Amino acid sequence: MSAWDQALWVAFILLNFLLLGTSRLSVCVRVLSAQGFLLAALPWLSSSAITGHTVVLSAASALLKGLVFPWFFMRALDAAEVRREVEPYVGFGASLFVGLAALGFCVWLARALPHPSAVSNVALPASLFALMTGLFLIVSRKKAITQALAYLVMENGATALGMALLHWEPLVVELGILLDLFAAVFVMGIAVYHINREFDHIDTDRLNYLKD
Amino acid sequence: MTMIAALVLLPLLAGLAALLVRRDGPRRTVLLLTAFVHLGLSASAWRRAPAPLWNGWLALDPAGRLFLGVTSLLFAVAAVYAVGFLAREEKGKQKDADEAGAFFLNGPEAIFVGCLLFFFSAMTFVTVCQHFGLLWVAVEATTLASAPLIYFHRNHRSLEAVWKYLVVCSVGIALALVGNLFLAVAAAPNGGPAVPLVLSEILNQAGHLNVPWLRAALVFFFVGYGTKMGLAPMHTWLPDAHSESPSVVSALLSGALLNCAFLALWRAAQTGVAAGQAAFVQDLFLILGLASLAVAAVFILGQTDFKRLLAYSSVEHMGVIAFGMGIGGSGVFAALLHSVNHSLVKGMLFLLAGNILAAYRTKAVAQVRGVSRLLPVTGPLWLAGFFAISGMPPFGTFLSELLIVKAGLDSGRWGVTGVFLLLLTLVFIGMSRCFLNMAQGRPDGNGLVSPTKEKRIAFLPSLFLGALSLWLGLTVPGFLQRLLQETAARWGG
Repeated sequence: MSAWDQALWVAFILLNFLLLGTSRLSVCVRVLSAQGFLLAALPWLSSSAITGHTVVLSAASALLKGLVFPWFFMRALDAAEVRREVEPYVGFGASLFVGLAALGFCVWLARALPHPSAVSNVALPASLFALMTGLFLIVSRKKAITQALAYLVMENGATALGMALLHWEPLVVELGILLDLFAAVFVMGIAVYHINREFDHIDTDRLNYLKD
Repeated sequence: MTMIAALVLLPLLAGLAALLVRRDGPRRTVLLLTAFVHLGLSASAWRRAPAPLWNGWLALDPAGRLFLGVTSLLFAVAAVYAVGFLAREEKGKQKDADEAGAFFLNGPEAIFVGCLLFFFSAMTFVTVCQHFGLLWVAVEATTLASAPLIYFHRNHRSLEAVWKYLVVCSVGIALALVGNLFLAVAAAPNGGPAVPLVLSEILNQAGHLNVPWLRAALVFFFVGYGTKMGLAPMHTWLPDAHSESPSVVSALLSGALLNCAFLALWRAAQTGVAAGQAAFVQDLFLILGLASLAVAAVFILGQTDFKRLLAYSSVEHMGVIAFGMGIGGSGVFAALLHSVNHSLVKGMLFLLAGNILAAYRTKAVAQVRGVSRLLPVTGPLWLAGFFAISGMPPFGTFLSELLIVKAGLDSGRWGVTGVFLLLLTLVFIGMSRCFLNMAQGRPDGNGLVSPTKEKRIAFLPSLFLGALSLWLGLTVPGFLQRLLQETAARWGG
């Protein structure tokens, strides 16, 4: 376990705090992009051997999560003319505290499960934390675009978890997951476009017609 | 090309073709042809299991064959109905049934038919996946392919429904991905040689699975795939998506998609049972099952919208299935039989709801009176469907619910079985109020008085499904019985 590897995981945790604390959506998109590149860099720094498999996945991850998705989100932000997440359900200061508590919970959970050997002790909590950050952002933010972004953060957490546990799915499965993710961003993008056109905004708190 | 590849690729390629065809007539023909060729292929796969593909990653085990058969049958019936539905939908602006003075447009028919076929392909893929990673990819694909279907009637309500559907289901399924990873760790906790996440391999290794990691994996699987199956409290997407999508899509979501999610959960839970965690798995099923029944009972009792009523009834029946699984033993067989029965009856009811909606142009129970008079075929079928969905003899649901109750009493779990029966009674009271009020009385107040002649294509699909449900109530045919027993035997426990 190299020091570089540890540093990357710590950076991964800090990026999640940045997501929790900022109202500017362009910052969120940049963080998402940075996470994509971090995920692409991780296999090169960890001790496991580099195979054709890792090269393909690392390149695909950098391309999709680092470049394509952020570009797509930036365009959507421009089209919907939104800059900031205004008045989320949970404020930004409070979100940071929730994040801190979540990080504590993730550390506890990682210790509660029997420790698989050869796994860095930062990696498991860090990736679980990304998962929980995504989950929390989905329920605490109003803009549809932020929720789509948060879904990708969650997904990044799941990918990181796979890396943390040193478990690689077979290539065809990993590519299938990326394809699903691509389709998800595509379909959610279309939905956001329609929400914007129908309501002239993308606040999901106004999507409150259907209830019992 | 083997059978399994053909089953998955046929609807996929047909879906691409449907996107490219410009005229409505040929496109609908593609839909019908695909549905019936697929049904034929499924029938032959039912008789003789096809060869596995990709080192056994794709194979049709008994559970897969069972749900493939149900999905394919329901899709063929729905495809016939869909042709009638698409023909009766007006082009251009349509009056909004739920809001006076509002109008909406339909989505392009090419996208509707294309996505219908993609959705079908994804569901078929779910039934053949033996590899947990691929299974995850397939389940997520069903969400993405069906989202445009829910948004066919383009108004703000269906938009809201589709957004909830996408977010809730995607988040749920992301948690199931974590379940996959935890399962992988459980299989090789000390970094030993990785066990491929194929069902048969995991079952072989079940004795060596690391228990804490396996339990954590199971919890993630139950939350993840349970979301997609519509188990409370993760069911929140279901009533909105089912009530706002066109009725033919609701029929497929309820009758086919929920089953596919159940199959995914079945496979995950099977690893738990094989590893000696049957009690843990059964408790999870029992808790989620009773929670679903309770939530459904509460919302059915005060329901004012008949499509939401049917949607909550789906939550209820998923609860019944989960309860049967939770009882274990002969309850597993009964739960499987119930899932088949529920698909048939719920498909029938949603298609009938489409006819009622088309005639009355409202989903409000209070504004629909005298269905039996106005719609001479849909009306009686609607009543028959009510008896079938409430588990009345002589319909199939009666038999399967009876078997579940019997399994519960035989296992000595009097308390939970009593609660189960109480909740079913509450649901019955709520359902009967709505169904009977709609069927009886005079159809006035809507400018509708005289009986209308109904098109055959609108009622024959429901009639067929109702007849099948009746048949299953009178006798469980030998081929189905054998497959159900084979499937239940694989459960172990």
